[in-house]
This record gives sequence, C-alpha cells and structure tokens, in this order.
Amino acid sequence: MARPPDFTANCPIPISTHDFVTLAHGGGGRMMHNLLERSVIPAFGNQPLESRHDGAVMPVAQGRLAFTTDSYVVHPLFFPGGDIGTIAVTGTVNDLAMCGARPLCLSAAFILEEGLPLATFDRVVASMAATAKAASVNIVTGDTKVVDRGKGDGMFVNTAGVGVIEHDLVIAPTQVRPGDAVLLSGDVGRHGVAIMAVREGLQFETTIETDCAPLAAPVLALLAAQVEVHCLRDLTRGGLATSLIEIAESSRLHVEIRERAIGVEENVCGACEILGLDPLYLANEGRFVAFVPAAQADKAVGILRSHPVSAGATCIGTVGDVQDKMVTLESRIGTRRILDMHSGEQLPRIC
Amino acid sequence: MKYVDEYRDQVQAERLAQAIARITTRPWSIMEMCGGQTHSIVKYGIDELLPTQISLLHGPGCPVCVTPLEMVDKALQIAARPEVIFCSFGDMLRVPGSGGDLFSVKAMGGDVRIVYSPLDALKLARENPLRQVVFFAVGFETTAPANAMAVFQAHTQKIPNFTVLVSHVLVPPAIAALLDAPDNRTQGFLAAGHVCTVMGFEEYFRLADRYHVPIVVTGFEPLDILQGILLCVRQLEAGHAEVENQYARSVQREGNRPAQALMEKVFRVVSRKWRGVGEIPRSGYCLRDEFSAYDAELRFGVADYHIDEDSECISGLVLRGVKRPHECPAFGGRCTPERPLGATMVSGEGTCAAYYRYRRRQNDPRAPQS
Repeated sequence: MARPPDFTANCPIPISTHDFVTLAHGGGGRMMHNLLERSVIPAFGNQPLESRHDGAVMPVAQGRLAFTTDSYVVHPLFFPGGDIGTIAVTGTVNDLAMCGARPLCLSAAFILEEGLPLATFDRVVASMAATAKAASVNIVTGDTKVVDRGKGDGMFVNTAGVGVIEHDLVIAPTQVRPGDAVLLSGDVGRHGVAIMAVREGLQFETTIETDCAPLAAPVLALLAAQVEVHCLRDLTRGGLATSLIEIAESSRLHVEIRERAIGVEENVCGACEILGLDPLYLANEGRFVAFVPAAQADKAVGILRSHPVSAGATCIGTVGDVQDKMVTLESRIGTRRILDMHSGEQLPRIC
Repeated sequence: MKYVDEYRDQVQAERLAQAIARITTRPWSIMEMCGGQTHSIVKYGIDELLPTQISLLHGPGCPVCVTPLEMVDKALQIAARPEVIFCSFGDMLRVPGSGGDLFSVKAMGGDVRIVYSPLDALKLARENPLRQVVFFAVGFETTAPANAMAVFQAHTQKIPNFTVLVSHVLVPPAIAALLDAPDNRTQGFLAAGHVCTVMGFEEYFRLADRYHVPIVVTGFEPLDILQGILLCVRQLEAGHAEVENQYARSVQREGNRPAQALMEKVFRVVSRKWRGVGEIPRSGYCLRDEFSAYDAELRFGVADYHIDEDSECISGLVLRGVKRPHECPAFGGRCTPERPLGATMVSGEGTCAAYYRYRRRQNDPRAPQS
C-alpha cells in the first residue's frame, strides 16, 4: 500500500504582525492584547496598569478630589514642539491644576483608525509617557477601539484625570473679587499659530513651536506659598480673550486688561499680521491666568517666574467693581475697547 | 515688532490727535474706504481720540460685505456639486446666501476648503486632476493680481480642471457712485493703501477735481490713519481738494505696473452689483474672452442666476456711510455675528461686526455718536 502523502497545512495562518492598525487590533483578542503588551503597558509602566485589571485600584487620598476629562482630536497628529499625545496629557493635567489640585493619575482611551501606522501609535504613546513623567502623574487605566478607515482622523485620544486638593481654598470664577490682580503666565498665541502653520503649509522665517506644557508645578507653588488664589484658568481654544470673558461672565464683574502687558512673540505677531488674526484669541496649551488679591500680586508673579513654564509671568490687569460682566482692553495707543467672544474659530481675512 | 510697533505708539498717536484738534474749526465727515481701516479704527478706538466735530464714515471697502447675494448663492450651488473642490478665503465661508452658507455646504458633504492664496487652489487642481477645483475670486484691486496670476498660470500650464468664480470690484467707481448719491455726507476720503499699492493713485486726481473732495491715500496702522485724517482735515479747513499720499512707504503714484499689466491681460472692466448698494457701472472685473474657459459661472451654468437682496437689512445704508450700525433695529438682536442678516455683520472687516465686537452696548460711553 502506498504511503499517504505528508500532511501539509494549506489553510493560511492569519497575519498577526501588521505594521499598521487593523480592525483586529480593537477586537479584544490576541492582536489587541499584543498591542497593549508591546507598546502601551511598557511605556506607561506602573503598578495599577500592570495588574491588567478592568480598572485601576488606588488608596483614597486625604482632602478633596478633582476629576476632569477631555478629548483630543488635533490635526495634524504631530506639530512643532509636540503631538496629540503631549497635549492629551498636559491638557488634562492642566485642567486638574486649574482646580488647585495635585494631579494623581490619568486614564487614556484611544480611538484608532484602521490603517494607522503602528509606528505612529507608538510615537504618540511614547510622548504621552514622557509627558506624564514630566508632570509626575501615572496613566493607570485605558481603552483601545478601532474604527473603519475613513471614520476617524488617524487617531483620537481621550484622557480623564483625578487629582487631590490639599488645601481649603475654593478656586472658581465665583471667588473673583473686585480689586483682584489678573496674572498671565507667559506669552500667548504660539500653539494656535504652530498648528495653523503645519496644517496650512505656512512657512515663517523660524519654526513656531507650541507652548504645550504641564502647569501643575507653578500652581502648586503658589498654593504652597499661601497665595490666596481666587481663580485659575488655562488658556486653550479661544485664547486669553475668551477665557477672561468666561470668567467675567461667571463672576459678573468687570475685567480690565492692558494690551501692552500681554506678551506675544515676534514671529507669532508677524503671522497674525499676515493672516489677519488676533493673538488674544489664538489657542494656547501651556498658559494660564490667575486671579489673586492685589496685595499678593508681586509675590505671586515672583513665584511664577521661578518656574520655567511660567517664566514670562506678568500682571496684565485688574478686576473692577462694576457688575457688567465685561472685559475691556486698554490698547497700545491708550484707548479702550470691549473684548467680545468670537462666534467660532477665527477665519483668516481676505486682505 | 519692527514696522508695526512704531505705528502704534501712544505718544505719537496723542500728538497727532492734538494736531487734528488744533486745526479743526468745523464739523467734517470723512470716509475711510477700506474695511481694513474700519477694523483698525474700531479695534484701536481711533475715533475716541478725535475732536467731536470729526465723524468717520465707514465705506464699502470690505470685499466680503459687498459681494452680492446672488454671487454667494452661485458659490453655494457650485460648492455643493460632488465633483467640486471649492476653495475660498476663510471669511467668505460664513457669508449668508439665500439658503445657508459655505460652512453648511461643507457640513452637508461639500468639499469646501480654506486657502491662503489662489495659487494654492491651482496646486490642488494639479494634484486632483479628476476633480473640478473652483476658487472664489473675491476682492478689490488688492487681491486681483494674485487671482489673475492663478488664471494665467492655469492657462499656460494647461490645467483644465481649474476655474474661478469672479466677483471683483473696483474702488474708484464706488467713490464716484457714493458722491453722486443725493444723500451723500462724505466730504473727504481716506483711500485704501493696499488698493493703491497695486493701482497707484493716478485715477483719484480726476475724482478729487470733479467732486472737489480731498483724497488721502492712507495706511492701516493707528498712526497711519490719524495722519491720514490730519492731512484730510487740513485740506478741508483750507478748502483744498487734492490727492495726497500718506502711505508713501508702500504706495507709489503709478502703482505696481507688472501687476496691472497682468490684470489687464486676464480681466476686463464690467458693471457689477454691490451687495446693499446695487449695480455700479464699470465697477468690477470679469475674465476676458480668451480666458473664459476658466470661468466657473460658464462651466457650471450659473451665469444667468439672479436674486434680490433681503429687504430688512440696512447694510447698504451702512456701507454708504448714511447709517451707523446702532441705528439698525436688528443690530445686536436679530442680527449678530452668529446669525448675520447681512454681510456687514459677517466679516471682521464689516462695520456692523466690528461695532458688535468692540462696542456692543448702545449706552457705552465709548460708542460712537451718530
């Protein structure tokens, strides 16, 4: 009897080593497991994450908790001075800091578009890890989903964060008082111009980098030095003007600022002149305003200036006692005008 | 910043304002022609520095504002077509047509893109040979050279899928139309510095003579505008009607000759409708016949579309300096930058939007006197 032919497997084994994201990476199976083991867990490395549980379990801190979340959909994913990962960490850390909290830990949820190069994902994860380390927080839990090609913009990131408030101050727009000094932590508009330049292929003499930075350290320093902080707000979309208008409306008070005291880097200023944009409305990712009693303004500015991320801090104005919920600006030529909230994103003017 | 800060100097501004106050003996109405100047005046509160006898009228020099409703509608119709990539400067996207704006077309799936130059649109046409790329060529003489260049390059490089929707208007015929109007209040003009950078100011001598009005070619920074007003008032007080050039650092009498030659090659002068003003004879450009292959109106069959303007909006009176935004019953209520009734509320250069942004409260002591 003839020997049967050798058994050969002719059923193809699925490829499991793509160098781009496939729907299988979000399917809850081996590929997703590999993605997390290969990239996310080593990068973020911390005990709660490494326990591979459904959620992170941590001891309860003394004091009050602050809790916040934000989603990041920035395009392009990479830009001078940062990427979607850097702002996904700093944005949430900064929101906690603006509550007067010490950021403790973050979650990170990724929505990946099919076809995204894994190298891109790894690069974003690495910068999230580096930024988290710089901001002294751990990323302790997370999630990954994959959507069909064309249904996402490469990747979206959501982070949520928990922080602990270790003092008794209430920091909120409602605490703003007439006479308060308005402090600004540095020059404005860099993030907005940096993103616009990459997005639109605009070239300037020097590369304008985002100001993206974690802000918890200077805030905690103010609190540690017993500065009676009334309100904090990080300047993100809508810029300095929109943040101040929101605070004036919530506090029902009048905020008066001086254009001359507000720093705008020369290349940002040039870009705004060319495009017809107002730097006061441009996005920032590493700047904040602080409302403090006038008597403590100098001390607070001194503390802020001792931290690299707020080395350019200045006092830009004061809170008046008129209850008109408005912000006015003393212009460079000494006249005054109302700052109003724009209805949407600033649009470059025709001429 | 160099070339900017020195024109925003408080001490110099006060000095110029004092000089204006010293020579002003009677009330004068001066119109700044350009939307960029209006923006600067309202942003810096330049009129606060002036003696009360001087009133500034804000002219029809915002390209977004004067683009007629039917042209916006044509843009919406073309942009909604599936084969079209519709390119525009940013501030045209929110201009209301009779059925929505370009943002709504985009939200409903139209491929509408903001570009910074018509040459960017031409590049898109080269990169997307299977799509029709249309550029919304809006503006005064300032933007016309770049638009002419885009059409000229499309022609020489034989790019068949590029067209322009032309809505170009010209300043001198608008000045003549304003001065011919029976309700005209304007006694002197600040001509638009950037328009004159391209066109020079030869044409203005005829206007100054014929209507006996001073015309001062003026820049856009606070000190430029104050100096322009000073020169204008000095002429008005002396009974002169001359053309002067305040903006000599940018403007020469003959203008930019190569730019003019290119415009002349690509465009010809036609009558144009101005939103809120109506038709002004010989007040705009259209493509010459040899470039008609690049005319979006012809390619997409919208040339014969006509529609009347909204009757509630007084933007026409605002554009002609006859009324101020505060005098409109809809201002700040039914008409805001979020829900504009007319184009002067849309663009940052539009008079109504500028007033809304910087002087919302009617009882604001800094609101201009009407």
